[in-house]
Amino acid sequence: MNGFDWNAAGDALPLLLEGFRVTLLATVLGTLVAAVLGLAVAVAGRAPSRLVTLPVRAVTEFVRSTPLLVQLVGAAAVFSSVEPLTVGVVVLGVHYAAYTSEVYRAGIDGVPRGQWEAARALSLPARRTWQAVILPQAVRNVLPALGNYAVSMFKETPFLAVITVQEMVFEARRYGAEHFAYTEAFTLAGLVFLVASYPTSLLMRKLEKRLGH
Amino acid sequence: MTTGVGPLVRFDRVVKRYGDHVVLDELDFTVRRGEHVTLIGPSGSGKTTILRLLMTLEKVSDGVIWVDGSPLSHVRAANGSLKPAGEKQLRESRKKIGMVFQQFNLFPNMKVLQNITEAPVSVLGMDRDEAESRARELLDLVGLAGKTDAHPSQLSGGQQQRVAIARALAMRPEILLLDEVTSALDPELVAGVLDLLSDIARSTDITMLCVTHEMNFARDVSEKVLMFDAGRVVESGTPEKIFSDPEHERTREFLAAVL
Repeated sequence: MNGFDWNAAGDALPLLLEGFRVTLLATVLGTLVAAVLGLAVAVAGRAPSRLVTLPVRAVTEFVRSTPLLVQLVGAAAVFSSVEPLTVGVVVLGVHYAAYTSEVYRAGIDGVPRGQWEAARALSLPARRTWQAVILPQAVRNVLPALGNYAVSMFKETPFLAVITVQEMVFEARRYGAEHFAYTEAFTLAGLVFLVASYPTSLLMRKLEKRLGH
Repeated sequence: MTTGVGPLVRFDRVVKRYGDHVVLDELDFTVRRGEHVTLIGPSGSGKTTILRLLMTLEKVSDGVIWVDGSPLSHVRAANGSLKPAGEKQLRESRKKIGMVFQQFNLFPNMKVLQNITEAPVSVLGMDRDEAESRARELLDLVGLAGKTDAHPSQLSGGQQQRVAIARALAMRPEILLLDEVTSALDPELVAGVLDLLSDIARSTDITMLCVTHEMNFARDVSEKVLMFDAGRVVESGTPEKIFSDPEHERTREFLAAVL
């Protein structure tokens, strides 16, 4: 085993950063899907009719009980004509929505009963009660938790390589295979993850403190 | 419609149960239009439940509440019988009634002004400018003219309760329900809020139902006092009568304990 080849590392970096753009894109879009869909699932879970709540619960249970990797491969097989990145973003988003919906649910439960009653005493329609009163308070309370899920998702994007999305770890593997420099390429990829996610985690912790958790 | 004739509010053998626990037991009472009624009695006697039923925050277990000649939480079926109302009718019924809560329940995510304009705009369909200028008038009335852009968390309890009163008045309710509105306030802030409510009672024709432990307020503001115990009206009369010459032993005991 030779020493760490600094030249190879320097050589790999541009390629990895190219992959990192895809990683970031998948994370941002996946987070958006998870944030919006999770909210919809949480609100639907409170619907008065079981015709709504039961299917919603079944789907979220299914998503939570199966591995992300299996979901990715399965979805890529079913939607083989769709671009892999699109499939990856949607699967990531749906997978994480199953978790963010729980976060939203806790946030909604955390809004005091008096807020619902005040809205009702003012005759606010249900839609307006959610929009103007409940969700702004619920979402504010769960922002740090949502942020933490975004960071987790960021670190799980390498799974997308399995369905041929050319994100950073995909590129690292390719470079490693072509130049017999796996150690360098993967170490570098790990460092890029660290540099990107550690400050984000710190930011989330700061946000948590500011919101008084 | 019997507008103007007969009582504005009538409880007709109203029962409220939680499981086996009977909170209100075939309660009958009426409130005339413009009347200011104070409900007194030991805690757990069902006073707050009465307000919550009127605000349709709770459903009656039995009996009917009539407001202005119409059933509050029922609709007439084709055969003339009454059946429980749906959410849409409840929303319609609520518009006549406003409520101020013990814990204020202002919307913390909105500034003071929007707390007051939210319902007039989104429920009454009032134009935003008009709603805002009315909200400013109301804030002036409650002595908080300079606080339009404050967040509720920046206000004292007394100020928050004043905003809550302004918010309820903005919907121009015919009936205002006051649920122990000074109980959560620091003692030095109580008098100001009570003075404000006295002013409103004197200067408007809003019918008020008020649950309070402030006997002076009951004496100064209301024309009728209802003494509750165990879900029933034990005694009712003018404040002079109730406070100086109560008929029932239970009333005497209660007043001796709180005065």
